[in-house]
Amino acid sequence: MTRTWLLLLGALATVGFAALVLVVIPQLMLVHVPVPKQLAPYTPEQARGRRIYIANGCVYCHSQQIRDPAFTTDVDRGWGTRATEPADYVYDRPHLLGTMRTGPDLINVGARLPDPDWHLVHLYNPRALVPWSIMPSFSFLFEERAPGGVRPGEHVVPVVGPRAPRGKVIVATPDALALVAYLLSLEREYPVSAAPPPGRAHALGGGHGAERRTVHSMP
Amino acid sequence: MTEAARAGPTPYQGASEEIQLRARADASSRRPALLAFATAIGWLLIGSAFGDVASLKMHFPDWLSGEPWLTFGRIRPAHMNAMIYGWASIAMLGVSLWILPRLLHTELRGPRLAQIGIVLWNIGLVIGIIAILAGRTDGLEWLELDRYIADPWLIVGGALVGLSLLGTLARREVDHLYVSVWYIVGAYLWFPVIFTIGNWPTWTGVESAAANWFYAHNALGLWLTAINLGAAYYFIPKVLGRPVHSYQLSLLGFWALAFFYALNGMHHLVGGPVPEWMITTSIVASTLMVIPVLAVGVNHHMTMIGRFGALRYSPTLRFVVLGAMAYTAVSLQGTFTAFREVNRVTHFTEWTIGHAHVGVYSFVTFVLFGSLYYILPRLVGHEWPSASLIRWHFWLVLVGIAMYVIALTVVGVFQGLAMLDPQVPFQRSVEVTLPGLVTRSIAGGILTAGHLVFAYHYWLMVTGRRPAPERPPMHDVRPVVFTTEAEESAR
Repeated sequence: MTRTWLLLLGALATVGFAALVLVVIPQLMLVHVPVPKQLAPYTPEQARGRRIYIANGCVYCHSQQIRDPAFTTDVDRGWGTRATEPADYVYDRPHLLGTMRTGPDLINVGARLPDPDWHLVHLYNPRALVPWSIMPSFSFLFEERAPGGVRPGEHVVPVVGPRAPRGKVIVATPDALALVAYLLSLEREYPVSAAPPPGRAHALGGGHGAERRTVHSMP
Repeated sequence: MTEAARAGPTPYQGASEEIQLRARADASSRRPALLAFATAIGWLLIGSAFGDVASLKMHFPDWLSGEPWLTFGRIRPAHMNAMIYGWASIAMLGVSLWILPRLLHTELRGPRLAQIGIVLWNIGLVIGIIAILAGRTDGLEWLELDRYIADPWLIVGGALVGLSLLGTLARREVDHLYVSVWYIVGAYLWFPVIFTIGNWPTWTGVESAAANWFYAHNALGLWLTAINLGAAYYFIPKVLGRPVHSYQLSLLGFWALAFFYALNGMHHLVGGPVPEWMITTSIVASTLMVIPVLAVGVNHHMTMIGRFGALRYSPTLRFVVLGAMAYTAVSLQGTFTAFREVNRVTHFTEWTIGHAHVGVYSFVTFVLFGSLYYILPRLVGHEWPSASLIRWHFWLVLVGIAMYVIALTVVGVFQGLAMLDPQVPFQRSVEVTLPGLVTRSIAGGILTAGHLVFAYHYWLMVTGRRPAPERPPMHDVRPVVFTTEAEESAR
């Protein structure tokens, strides 16, 4: 090559084309994703919990997506009742789909494990409930108190057994309670829109169960 | 610093015009390149420490868990960002600044701008990593650095370095642009585009995922890969003293990479909730990546062929050639992993972490080590002091990365198969990874030892603490002695 302009324009053209195909066109299509009626926006406390989830990098070990049952066994494993779709994520900024399952998927953890105390004990020390777990302890989201030192309105975490500190009680901080509120909000099991609006089926691609099945003709 | 080191290379009085030209080119980029390499090596050590801690935490989950800034989910992105934006990217700034003036037969324009750019980039990264440790992150993989308090420093810093390079390109005194120039100049156009798209603050839901992986895959393909392929295209022919095998293959490899790599990102979301056609587009583009990869691989191999013996004498060639081979390997592995049948096993497992390290370590980091072994003596004006330190560095990082990749790749497959069988409890998918995770921690320790050897050697060299040999350090290999049959039998 001897022409600088060819190099500069050519390089910009290739990346521009890719951005058009993978970012701009999908954005124009996904703008029209209907918001599911059963999906509520995050409450302020849940949104705070989501920020705690992000700040502590939960995404590096937990995904939040259920893949099609014809493609993998996410549903058989009990992580959800159906594949998740773009409409399930309309309130998520940033997305937390994840790329790793060192721990289980969490997009329906609120339905699977609805007990807030289970989550609090598990966050305080995962091995108190799941002996083989390699999840880190998030004890910094909790405070140790003398049994008489619990103030009214504070939530005492029922840690028992060898993981419980001797002669102390464990109190959840507002951050821990917010994180649990967020985890309990994770539930994407309502039925999704059955009939696509006319002419929109192809544009939404992943949005409709029957169509997805045919796309994934996996054994 | 010794007087010789401070004065830089001698002006080669009486040498041919070509050599004097090259000496002027080297002198023009000396200060910004040295600054880049010094800080990059600092980040390499910092990133290694974060990586080792994160690795150990995966099998000692209660270790250092009392403080929020030490939790796994903050140390891991700190490791990743220190390595990508600290070690690799800043070393790449130095390599670009040093190579382009040489290839364009002119002096670097705006070296001051470039120096300021490198300082700003470093400041942004320090801010960004402290923010990650403090719990402030954009929350997207590869894009954790805060878009408001950290990224602007990187954007301005990178732009200053880019301006210096483009200014140099505008004043070139050659007609033909060598293949390394295409890759390096391309990278400085691509990076600001993808970085801006990735950090755009309004993406929501699955569009956020699409923009995330559009950026992350291209950060590898159009930034890390581009500059390091440019470096490999420079150093392999340079050290061997023979031209690149084929101009046509170079051309094919470059444009096919530019076109196909940019479309690869959605293969990180196979099976995920984004429109199916996007994923299919990326799988097709991932398959087509075989074209540029084989073009580059064949081109490098045909340039090397018959000269592999030279690997003994040149640490640059050792690292760069192994790195170039790893590029072929990691790209073919990437194509393979993008197929749905493979991806349903390997997605969400340690396989991916192994694959990422073939790319960023075996390819990118090896090429950068090789580049530094070549460039630094020409910046400080004397040779590397110790052949044995180079050998220690080479073998430690080679053994370390081989252990790392094999361990995670193997347990990743077991982990994926366990997760794919709903009859197998999830517990099993965790337990099968443990031997791999422990091996990875050992491998990480070996890699860190290699980095410490390299950093120590670098320190010995630039400070002039140890006298430099007169000849390149690896040339002390025992010479081949030809003996006649009579002499042989007399023994």
